[in-house]
Amino acid sequence: MIGIGILRGMAVTLRNFAGSYFEEDRLTTVQYPEERSPLPENYRNFPILIYDTEDAEAGLRCVACKICEKECPPQCIYIIKSEDKKPDYMGKPQFYPKVFDIDISVCMSCQICVEVCPFEAIKMDKDFELSKRERFDALLFRKEELSKSNEYYHRIHPVEAAAVDKNLADAAAAAEAKKKAAAAAAAAAKPPAPNPTTSSAPGPASAELRRGESTSAPGEAPPATTKS
Amino acid sequence: MSSRLDGELLEVSMGPQHPSTHGVFRMNVALEGEIVRKLKPVFGYLHRNHEKIGENATYLSSMPYTDRLDYFCSMTNNWAYALSVEKLVGIEVPERAEFLRIILAELTRLQNHASLLGFLLSDMGAWGTPLMYAFREREKILDLFESLSGSRMMCDYMRFGGCRVDADDDWLGRAKQIVDRFPKFLDEFEQLILQNEIVIARTQNVGKLSAELAISAGITGPMLRACGVNYDIRKVDGYGFYPRFKFRIPLGDHGDTYDRLMMRALEMRESIEILKQALAQIQPGPIVNPKVKIRAFRPPIGEAYGRIEGPKGELGFYLISDGGPNPYRYRVRPPSFINLTVLEDLCLGHTVADVMVILGSIDIVMGEVDR
Repeated sequence: MIGIGILRGMAVTLRNFAGSYFEEDRLTTVQYPEERSPLPENYRNFPILIYDTEDAEAGLRCVACKICEKECPPQCIYIIKSEDKKPDYMGKPQFYPKVFDIDISVCMSCQICVEVCPFEAIKMDKDFELSKRERFDALLFRKEELSKSNEYYHRIHPVEAAAVDKNLADAAAAAEAKKKAAAAAAAAAKPPAPNPTTSSAPGPASAELRRGESTSAPGEAPPATTKS
Repeated sequence: MSSRLDGELLEVSMGPQHPSTHGVFRMNVALEGEIVRKLKPVFGYLHRNHEKIGENATYLSSMPYTDRLDYFCSMTNNWAYALSVEKLVGIEVPERAEFLRIILAELTRLQNHASLLGFLLSDMGAWGTPLMYAFREREKILDLFESLSGSRMMCDYMRFGGCRVDADDDWLGRAKQIVDRFPKFLDEFEQLILQNEIVIARTQNVGKLSAELAISAGITGPMLRACGVNYDIRKVDGYGFYPRFKFRIPLGDHGDTYDRLMMRALEMRESIEILKQALAQIQPGPIVNPKVKIRAFRPPIGEAYGRIEGPKGELGFYLISDGGPNPYRYRVRPPSFINLTVLEDLCLGHTVADVMVILGSIDIVMGEVDR
């Protein structure tokens, strides 16, 4: 009979209408600004730079290697490398980014910069309420706006940040162990120590040393000592 | 009775901002009264140089761009691209990653077909209600995608030789729950539409596609199977772990809009079967092949064509490598673009109102048609 199909469909709409008041399955609306559904751990929005310690400038993990700039699909990262080196959070002298800009109006939140970064320096933020009145400069994030502390990173991605910290600590421990082993090996190899004058000589002397080396036959005494 | 307009065709430009054209798509329709006599599709409004960008970007950089092809099914787009690069280099994929890929691809199929049915009904004039029900279910699947990959639609999840992040047990449990509840939604939705007299009158014998034309035009996916041609790349190629799963391929009879609509409803049932098996069989293990370099990825010289059965049809990526960091040639075979080519044949002789229904049943996404 014509009309039965429509009536059956109406029964479905009626059930949904009634259910939308009490069935948990159908109560899906969240009153957004007052009420927020929690963001999942893996949620990603735009990149941030992580720094350790208190100082955003000194503790920045980024060493301006420019890998993320190269790999960024929409090319929204712009880095100028520093000329000098400064000690990083582990005390090793490293370059740092003099300029680090991300145009988040171009960024497509793909997370490739995070994946390619070998220093765990760039991570994804979760802040999505970024609307601005200005059209241009406000959406070009400078290094200062991008720098976020490690605590902030722990707050937004607790599981991932803990794993990253563990990785970094392991790497630091391995580097420390290697250094110690190297020092021990150097100490063991100390007895036939080279001439103190060569070891204390600065750059130009060592250049001379290399030049002298090429003229002298191999296996001879160090040429620097013969020259001086 | 006869007026001077008799025998004259009226040209109408439908679109590009028509709500039923699924994006910026325009049709130049020549009408005789209300009957379509000629139809010329016009597209390119959303063209954004996808293939050229792919040739100038590194292999990895193209992965997030594939999300933007068919923005309803970013997971399957990722998979097709990853598959062609894996073919090009010869990368093995760990078992768990293959399972995750199948789970995500079938979830993508569920949400794509669900929202397609909703859109199709709203094209027919059932504004809002069915689409809202479909989107409610789709949203649950998108929540799964978000908690796994970090983004609802632009997932960028697959990588060459595996997947990016692992799914924990909590996630798999939630996926299981959603898959178990999905048949309830399907029952309800089928009750809502499939026996509805209006839907039947609007879809049966509308936009008939013959199997010969479908094959010669290169139609793939549910649209081809609605004509009764048994061709599903999951069975034909057996890529991924699909040969391990038991599932059937639904086939249509008439190739009309109703069959195309039913095809989606039946395919969702089979996807649920695959999902149930995959979620029961998934084992812990690594999710990415550790031999694949993420930085400075350079495939050897050669070419490869990787294809999968996307929700809309055969989605393929053809890559030629000259040994450099970016492909020499990067070509997408988009299912919805090729399925759209028979639009005129389907629409001739039908009314303007049917054009919208036929277009809706083809299942196009302009992001993929224009690239």
